Amino acid sequence: MAKVKVYVDNRPFEVADDQNMLRTCLQLGFDLPYFCWHPALGSVGACRQCAVKQYRDADDKRGRIVMACMTPAAEGLRVSVHDPEVVAFRAGIIEGLMESHPHDCPVCDEGGECHLQDMTVMTGHNYRRYRFNKRTFRNQDLGPLVNHEMNRCIQCYRCVRYYREYAGGNDLEEFVLRNLVYFGRHQDGVLENEFAGNLVEICPTGVFTDKTLKKHYTRKWDLQFSPSVCVHCGVGCNTSPGERYGVLRRVVNRYHGDVNGYFLCDRGRFGYEFVNGDRRVREPLVRRDSPGEKLEPVSKSAALERLRGILDGAKILGIGSPRASLEANFALRAWVGPERFHAGVGDGENWLTGAMLGALRDGKARSPSLHDVELSDAALVLGEDVTQTAPRLALALRQSVRWRGFELADRFKIPRWLDHAVREIAQDSRSPLYIATPNSTKLDDVATETFRAAPGDLARLGFAVAHALDPESPEPPALSDAMRSLAGRIAEALKNAQRPLVVSGPGLCSEGVVQAAVNVAWALCRSGKPAGLSFTTLECNTFGLGLMEARPLSESLSVLKQGLADTVVVLENDLYARAPKEFVDELFAAAKHVIVLDSLLNRTGEKAEVVLPAATFAECEGTLVSSEGRAQRFFQTFVPAGDIQASWRWIRGLMIATGRREAAAWEGIDDVVRTAAETLPALAGAAKAAPEAAFRAAGAKIPREPHRYSGRTAVHANIDVSEPQPPGDRESALAFSMEGFPDQPPSALTPFFWSPGWNSIQAVNKFQEEIAGPLRGGDPGTRLIEPGTNGHKGYWGAAPAAFQPKSDTWQMVPLYHIFGSEELSQIAPAIAELIPKPYVALGEQGAAQLGLKEGDEVEVKVNGWARRVAVRVRADLPSGVAGLPAQLPGMDYVALPAWGSIVKAG
Amino acid sequence: MEKVLTKNIRPDLSYVDVQAYESSGGYEGLRKALAMAPGAVTEEVKKSNLRGRGGAGFPTGMKWTFVPMGPDAPSPKYLVANADEMEPGTFKDRLLMEGDPHQLVEGLIVAAYAIQASTAYIFIRGEYFLSEERLRRAIAEAEEKHYLGKNILGSGYNLEMVVHMSGGRYMCGEETGLLNALEGKRANPRTKPPFPQVSGLFGKPTIVQNVETLSNLPHILRNGIEWFKSLSLSVDAGTKIYGVSGKVKRPGLWELPMGTTVREILEEHAGGMQDGLKFRGLLPGGASTDFLVEEHLDVKMDFTEVQKAGSRLGTGTMIVLDDRTCPVGMVRNLEHFFAQESCGWCTPCWSGLSWAEKALEAIEEGKGNAVDLDHLEYICKLCAPGNTFCALAPGAVEPLQSALKYFRADFERHVADKRCPWNHQA
Repeated sequence: MAKVKVYVDNRPFEVADDQNMLRTCLQLGFDLPYFCWHPALGSVGACRQCAVKQYRDADDKRGRIVMACMTPAAEGLRVSVHDPEVVAFRAGIIEGLMESHPHDCPVCDEGGECHLQDMTVMTGHNYRRYRFNKRTFRNQDLGPLVNHEMNRCIQCYRCVRYYREYAGGNDLEEFVLRNLVYFGRHQDGVLENEFAGNLVEICPTGVFTDKTLKKHYTRKWDLQFSPSVCVHCGVGCNTSPGERYGVLRRVVNRYHGDVNGYFLCDRGRFGYEFVNGDRRVREPLVRRDSPGEKLEPVSKSAALERLRGILDGAKILGIGSPRASLEANFALRAWVGPERFHAGVGDGENWLTGAMLGALRDGKARSPSLHDVELSDAALVLGEDVTQTAPRLALALRQSVRWRGFELADRFKIPRWLDHAVREIAQDSRSPLYIATPNSTKLDDVATETFRAAPGDLARLGFAVAHALDPESPEPPALSDAMRSLAGRIAEALKNAQRPLVVSGPGLCSEGVVQAAVNVAWALCRSGKPAGLSFTTLECNTFGLGLMEARPLSESLSVLKQGLADTVVVLENDLYARAPKEFVDELFAAAKHVIVLDSLLNRTGEKAEVVLPAATFAECEGTLVSSEGRAQRFFQTFVPAGDIQASWRWIRGLMIATGRREAAAWEGIDDVVRTAAETLPALAGAAKAAPEAAFRAAGAKIPREPHRYSGRTAVHANIDVSEPQPPGDRESALAFSMEGFPDQPPSALTPFFWSPGWNSIQAVNKFQEEIAGPLRGGDPGTRLIEPGTNGHKGYWGAAPAAFQPKSDTWQMVPLYHIFGSEELSQIAPAIAELIPKPYVALGEQGAAQLGLKEGDEVEVKVNGWARRVAVRVRADLPSGVAGLPAQLPGMDYVALPAWGSIVKAG
Repeated sequence: MEKVLTKNIRPDLSYVDVQAYESSGGYEGLRKALAMAPGAVTEEVKKSNLRGRGGAGFPTGMKWTFVPMGPDAPSPKYLVANADEMEPGTFKDRLLMEGDPHQLVEGLIVAAYAIQASTAYIFIRGEYFLSEERLRRAIAEAEEKHYLGKNILGSGYNLEMVVHMSGGRYMCGEETGLLNALEGKRANPRTKPPFPQVSGLFGKPTIVQNVETLSNLPHILRNGIEWFKSLSLSVDAGTKIYGVSGKVKRPGLWELPMGTTVREILEEHAGGMQDGLKFRGLLPGGASTDFLVEEHLDVKMDFTEVQKAGSRLGTGTMIVLDDRTCPVGMVRNLEHFFAQESCGWCTPCWSGLSWAEKALEAIEEGKGNAVDLDHLEYICKLCAPGNTFCALAPGAVEPLQSALKYFRADFERHVADKRCPWNHQA
């Protein structure tokens, strides 16, 4: 990239030469309208909205109309945005786009944040001349997430370009021609792509809107927002949840240049409704003395009274949570002491978390951001079904394979932003992506090669790749020729790359897989490659909990049995999803008292003596550590009714009540973070994740509400006609108000994107240092995990032996579902509709061997766990391996992978 | 006048097989070409001044020079014959394919050799069943004679030839829309640059040429460039197949020297207007060209002169308007076609042409107003070259803008009388 001088309306500007003039003009602050262009999708020249006048030289007074999005910024280029002829042309384009638009803004969900509205106003087109009949369409039912209203369509093609070309979907197409192009599925049905929800933001008007919002619709200007972080997996996508009247209404993307960019996954976008659900604990619940009694709601003071009785002289043991904030976990750890603080995850996952953190901190391989992942030019995915466990990472990996195409385009001087030209010359040439998993994945369509095997064999493949890269890395015993040759090809591809990447994670709960991934990354590093090592984490704060060095969950029972503790405090966790039922039952039986802090009443809460209502991500502040190792702060969206408060505040209160005066110093969340950082050096950076509560912008707080927020004086008029004081916020620099700093706040404190004339989410253009680059002042969050400087730490030891299928038992591996395998989102009604019923998956050979066909009832038994489920026959599973869906609602925990039996139900 | 392209075509249009073709000098041009270096063939075609006969008139040899050559050039490279003759009023390529298919096959081999393509596609309009059948037969014969396949005539050059039948869309005739269609995609046009010569079919260097253009190549190679230039009456070399449709005495096709005047074609070859009808105007080169009228009858039908007269030679096959046919109705019919065939990609085209169609429909049915006329003028400007993604819309508004210029009074009468004067002559 070099700098060139261009002239816009005769003003000279130094700009980058690797961009088109639309992006350049937007970057320079010109309001140039556009539709088909999108920063993540590039230029295709369809809508003709961003027309500018181009002049040959300073003497050329006539000029010619060109599309800014298709015009490269070149030395001496002269364009005019304001030339009257081109201004009229742009108004004419809008007039054409609006020919058949229904003008139904008052009843359209997009109204008030509609790019089409914004652009129409921007061009000045305001009078309708088209007097003929409009074309009309029939809409489709696209499932519970996305609403379809085709009459509003302006044929900009963004939806299909995003869905098909960017996200890899293949069930959304354009049909027919002329002014009758229909964007939809071949027939009604649920959109199959895991990132379909982004259509809501990609569509510049109201064709695709959020169907979950529809049920409790509120205009953007009437929502109260906060800067937030998604809690539905470990990736750490930034979100902007919106609330009104105490109901969380929706979640939209909050751009982050390094993490989620412009897009979220559907679990992250539509999982929010658990916050409004009837499974919420909204007031303290207490069980009467006799054991069989039910939990009953009581006042906060009654609950605290009861707790004082329980806690008086109690020896407490705490169980933390990978879905609770750093502050909540730290507060619990501080309360019960590091020796009595146990990880609220299965021992296997806990070990893997430690191993992954260790590898990232001790080795030289760096954990990449999603942006880094997109920049990778060769990748190996080992063991992880990324689309299901860390969906947004899969979308980033899908972009990474485009590098080969970019190189081709570079060779023929095709600008990388000229999207269709790049895709045409690239055709099927893709950067290497190798996917080794037990089951087929939704990324297989862009993979160079896939490899289906049992976890042990996946580990062996990884070890073989590492060995091929560095002979010092141990070689798996008795390697087959086929695997050696595949490993050779993978090693070659990674070695030849500039920015190779290894992706793995705890999904299969396999030590060998994680160790093999580490060996591959380290072997690459040893050969001088800047290898990335990306581990997924299953929950939003897995790494945050991991950094607290909690004791294994299994030890908690012996601690109780030894009498070292008698009271168990469970933080935001359903232990029945973490350990076998027998274990958890025994643990609770061994405890004199069980206290649960959670936002949801689950199987664990049902066993508690006291349940305290914990705030969800929308109701409190907190810090989460993503799988990248990035500490990010989420901020309270709204003040919940009742006694709901952040878990760490409950703990602080209980500590003070039981004489632990040091907790009194935690007046706000910043104090907790500071104490945590002082106590645990690994968390030192967490305090810098966002500005502290004392931060003020030009002396003012940051408003959570848009300045057009309506009805402030009337919202509570049914209760009291005098307008109440807005709730205070001592935890952050944000205010529950429309008043405050009127300009752009620091990126970590930006609740929503809005700029004059830009009411839609595309206002984000105005918040970025450069379009599609970092947000002004830098993207939010701080990385807590950086590679070590110690040099080579030595490879993980021996690879497992080759997998041997057995005749009568099956190796059961977990199969993940974006909709279903995560505790919080699975109770959001729209997501719940998409969760599969429990099943066992078998390969065709296995099914034939047992005489089973699709849908047959079977009894599955694994180490004492048993369940009747239906059979799913799938072609992808390797011989001897069967799959069980992970963490589906209503399925008890079973430790996998493990051998199990499948018997036809009689 | 010497017949070149049509000399083998039989009056009964029966199949001309390889022996018959060879006996009139067929495949001699190919033998000559194979004896030359590929670059020399390109140079020869460049010097011959052959211009593309598909409508745009781009110099053929020049186009080939943009194809990357040499050992580092991307491979494979492709050659495509554009035989998707969808332009209303145009049927010249059909004659060439049905009447003398080997001529096209030989032309393709010559062009493919010049750019060192390894596969040549013939993309044929979906309804041209006979063309398909005869080309398949000709290709089979050529393969048997080693004009096609591996090591053609011992030259070491290999070429495979594939016939592909179009699904049937006007856009398939646009060269990049054609390439998308050939790849199995929607026939939307592609971004240019990059041009197909650099990134074409399957992202590889590709030349797309019209059937008539390709059919000239064997003769240029066989008889030389001076001969080829001498065939013409103008600066644009060679002969041209001209056609006339409409209410003339003898509608049809004639191979004539390039630069024959409109009057000669219309009056001598087509026999003039049918009895009782008067000439009002004509579209000189298919539906997407501006009207020429009485004052233009002495214009030479070549690329340069027709352009000077304010229109385009296009395909050289004219559609004649007479005084008993409503010009508004004719333009309405054409704009209906163009609006329907718009791929729906760029706004001026899909919205502008639909609006034009509706406005013309209203005017023709006596429901138009003065604002509609103004808006039609406006749509013509909106769809000007450069404002749209491809040439469809600029071409589509050519008959409209010129009709508004030459037949304005007829449009205004429709509006003033609130009826079509032709359809309501009671």
